[in-house]
Amino acid sequence: MAIELLMPALSPTMEEGTLAKWLVKEGDTVKSGDIIAEIETDKATMEFEAVDEGIMGKILVAEGTEGVKVNAAIAILVEEGEDASNLSASEPAAAPAAAAPAAVEDAPAASVPAKAAAPIVSKAVEPDYPEGTEMKSTTVREAIRDAMSEEMRADENVFLMGEEVGEYQGAYKISQGMLDEFGAKRVIDTPITEHGFAGIATGASFGGLRPIVEFMTFNFALQAIDHLINSAAKTLYMSGGQMGAPMVFRGANGAAARVGAQHSHCFAAWYAQIPGLKVAMPYSAADAKGLMKTAIRDNNPVIFLENEILYGKSFDVPVLDDFTIPFGKARIWREGSDVTIVSFGIGMTYALEAADKLAEEGISAEVIDLRTLRPIDYDTVLTSVMKTNRCVTVEEGFPVGAIGNHLSATIMERAFDYLDAPVINCTGKDVPMPYAANLEKHALITTDEVVAAVKAVTYR
Amino acid sequence: MAPKKTTANTASTANVSKDELLKYYKDMLLIRRFEEKAGQLYGMGLIGGFCHLYIGQEAVVVGLEAATKEGDKRITSYRDHGHMLACGMNPDGVMAELTGREGGYSKGKGGSMHMFSKEKHFYGGHGIVGAQVPLGAGLAFSDKYKGNDNVTFAYFGDGAANQGQVYETYNMAQLWDLPVIFVIENNQYAMGTSVQRSTKSPSLWERGAAYGIKGEEVDGMDVLAVKEASEKAVAHCRAGKGPYILEVKTYRYRGHSMSDPAKYRSREEVQKMKDERDPIEAVRSLLLTGNHATEEDLKAIDKDIKVVVNASAEFAKASPEPALEELWTDIYA
Repeated sequence: MAIELLMPALSPTMEEGTLAKWLVKEGDTVKSGDIIAEIETDKATMEFEAVDEGIMGKILVAEGTEGVKVNAAIAILVEEGEDASNLSASEPAAAPAAAAPAAVEDAPAASVPAKAAAPIVSKAVEPDYPEGTEMKSTTVREAIRDAMSEEMRADENVFLMGEEVGEYQGAYKISQGMLDEFGAKRVIDTPITEHGFAGIATGASFGGLRPIVEFMTFNFALQAIDHLINSAAKTLYMSGGQMGAPMVFRGANGAAARVGAQHSHCFAAWYAQIPGLKVAMPYSAADAKGLMKTAIRDNNPVIFLENEILYGKSFDVPVLDDFTIPFGKARIWREGSDVTIVSFGIGMTYALEAADKLAEEGISAEVIDLRTLRPIDYDTVLTSVMKTNRCVTVEEGFPVGAIGNHLSATIMERAFDYLDAPVINCTGKDVPMPYAANLEKHALITTDEVVAAVKAVTYR
Repeated sequence: MAPKKTTANTASTANVSKDELLKYYKDMLLIRRFEEKAGQLYGMGLIGGFCHLYIGQEAVVVGLEAATKEGDKRITSYRDHGHMLACGMNPDGVMAELTGREGGYSKGKGGSMHMFSKEKHFYGGHGIVGAQVPLGAGLAFSDKYKGNDNVTFAYFGDGAANQGQVYETYNMAQLWDLPVIFVIENNQYAMGTSVQRSTKSPSLWERGAAYGIKGEEVDGMDVLAVKEASEKAVAHCRAGKGPYILEVKTYRYRGHSMSDPAKYRSREEVQKMKDERDPIEAVRSLLLTGNHATEEDLKAIDKDIKVVVNASAEFAKASPEPALEELWTDIYA
């Protein structure tokens, strides 16, 4: 009886990968536990072990093939004596979407990036670089690394510290290649002690260095949050301006996919509350790069909130020697006249999807990406709301004390007379993140909810 | 756990010059008189909030500072007045910070617990128990990164010694050979909880052995013993051999803060320490018995110090409160 070997999912957010190498050939005997292939994901190269025994009947996907979807058949194992010559995948192997229903239909977080290509076609109204600049398709992951590497080349005092940033090449592959370029003095693997190394890095910044601290995810930064707030954010003030903490705390923030309550928490509103901190939360690769370079040069502690699902997404990034984006300047992703949708980070995927859907129904949405949450570009938001007279905010975090709450209050105070409807805040639900795929989908913000909110404020 | 009774006469005076002894005497006396004055101003309502006095512990910072050189760094907790005076910060600026005035080291925005001096390499002044330990290791990290031979003194108490981040820091400091001296100022009481009621560890410095860090216990009421230990620790760090731990056994005469009812120890216990182990009296005795100074000389010193301390109090009262605009400055660099 032939057994199909399927492309494995090797990380919570993996949707596809590269079949880097076959370690067996057709006709070879395969035993359970044998390493039969090497598969490269966007995070790492992994070994693929056989679970079943048999003879490699047919290899369906040649080595070197990129973009092999999770759950696509990649080979067929046969029993001894079975004829392998006429074998083919039971379902067309080239129908990975059908073969991976869990990834596309049920897993909400994973479904989002699949459609995240759409926003790339949305035109930025106020570009951050001259028209005609050469662009290069770059992942958010590469953009962050490029920004760190450029700044480390420019300033000897910048170094990267964190768990698995060096020899492992980054738990999410962000620092890939940096150990080779900068050496162990400047790309420093730490033990798993967030509280301790966040404190050491903050002390090093008092001593004149410019640390970049990677938290594998910001969930783990809860162990260290005292140093982020009490040590890094407040020292400049407490010292009457004598010394502060010029440093960056960065890492994945918010929900990934199916990783449960303790690994799926957006901290945007928490850090945005603290005077002395700056907070950036980019959506696109260009913003990730430009804002990261600005963050490293900033003389204050910067919380840089990344997103695991966005890491693998590609966007056009300007090819410039020194591309930076100032903090406190929102980006208008698309212009519109009926409603203002304000978002940031991965919330932008829902905002832009909703805008596309609304356009089909004749509703023109202006979509603003705040990009930084401290400082916040109030003026861009208020100017837009004064034009559209309606506003919906979109974010992944919890609803109580959300960024959207703060924007609503600001709009009420400064543009009350322009409003034709109450501002609606679309947020994640007020529950710890569940594991079950269907529950997780409903715990997160959805595009349909954004569409519904826009219809409510436009009375449609 | 109280230090063994040793009198000042038994302290080693070999290799200690008259000038050194006089300096330690003056430095310790300045801290004591300054703290007494601070207590007085607190009682008058001129100093607010928390105020943690260093009286009784003077030999610790004065002894440790004796082995420092320019560029060495120090960082401590909220019981920080003594450290600031010992590293040469101006008493006027410290006192004016205590009164929350514009002439204070932090322009009145830090207070008793949060003062800093870039010039004197004093990095605070930290109010979260134990937080200064990784911060101190980070300062040492910056010196090692830059390739100089400066060291950092990270002071913390017996209370902080039970915080998890201290041990995270031990681990990394030893792993990376950071030039940091962990100074455990064991004054026997974490606020109102005695060491015996917080841990069954027989000694705090020995915990470093779990990480491979060398250390020792030091009689913190004997400034010469502290100085000797400091020299040893500094030599270890400057030679690139990594961190070192000094558990300095000391005693605070006053309460944890100004609002301490002191129900956790007897008056007799405190009085006995004052009578038998006072660090300033010990040096005074050495100066007199060694014929390094006369009673008149010491009286003159006392008088000079009183002048300095009174002047700092006058400065701290006369200095204006910070301008209201200061509320909005120094939030971002």
